[in-house]
Amino acid sequence: MSVDKNLKILIVDDFATMRKVIRNLLKQGGYENIVEAEDGAAALKILKSQPVDFIISDWNMPNMSGLELLKAVRSDDELKALPFLMVTAEALKDNVVAAVKAGVSNYIVKPFTAEVLNEKIEKIVKSLAA
Amino acid sequence: MDVRFINPFLNGTVQVLKTMAFVEPKAGKPFLKKDSLARGDISGIIGLTGAARGSLALSFSEGCILKIVSNMLGEEIKTLNGDIKDAVGEITNMVSGAARKELETLGFNITAAIPTVVAGKDHSISHVLGGPSIIIPFETPQGPFVVDICISAVGGGK
Repeated sequence: MSVDKNLKILIVDDFATMRKVIRNLLKQGGYENIVEAEDGAAALKILKSQPVDFIISDWNMPNMSGLELLKAVRSDDELKALPFLMVTAEALKDNVVAAVKAGVSNYIVKPFTAEVLNEKIEKIVKSLAA
Repeated sequence: MDVRFINPFLNGTVQVLKTMAFVEPKAGKPFLKKDSLARGDISGIIGLTGAARGSLALSFSEGCILKIVSNMLGEEIKTLNGDIKDAVGEITNMVSGAARKELETLGFNITAAIPTVVAGKDHSISHVLGGPSIIIPFETPQGPFVVDICISAVGGGK
């Protein structure tokens, strides 16, 4: 089963440059249907106003962190089934445990290649379809 | 400074630039730096606390960082603009993360602060511990950059 490249992906990161970097990596994997938000609060507004198929969120962000966004998504009846890939700068055990407890679909540690990012997306989407 | 701290930062730098920017920097021989003058045109600095305390700075020459960020973004950047500043902060953050992951295996659990970025000719770098610092020089086809670290184990280390 191949993953639909028209998936609408929401990138959440407070650094505009990092959003561009992730967008560039996704483009290399054939994903071009992308929306962006600068923090968790802005992401929730987008999620409430338009359909999104997949969330890629940074962990460390001001206003609303990636973990807080994940918790908000998982506690919302309309959004709770959305695939959620967390991006972190470090794979600290405590952080991973907290994210798994909160219902993260998977996580990816920076730095990462386009191949690794796309593999993670495919793995999550395929596991949901199974 | 404990020499065990050098390799994690060296390895982390190579890993980050190779993975995110397809640039393979060539490391030179580390040396001691006693002044606060940055060895590049733009620097990212990040504070470190925990089992070891200090700071890490990455200072890039203009040509080098323009190539790195252009590769990261998939578009050519010609001047030291806001994208470059953001990227230098993010690269510093990622190098710190990769190095701290390796240091964790040596028994040092270290946390990092939020990076700051300083640009301009002859800018200075203020290390948390005051200095001196260790410089790891790197070469890329587009110009040099350095990793500038000043870090010490808390309570004498392990």
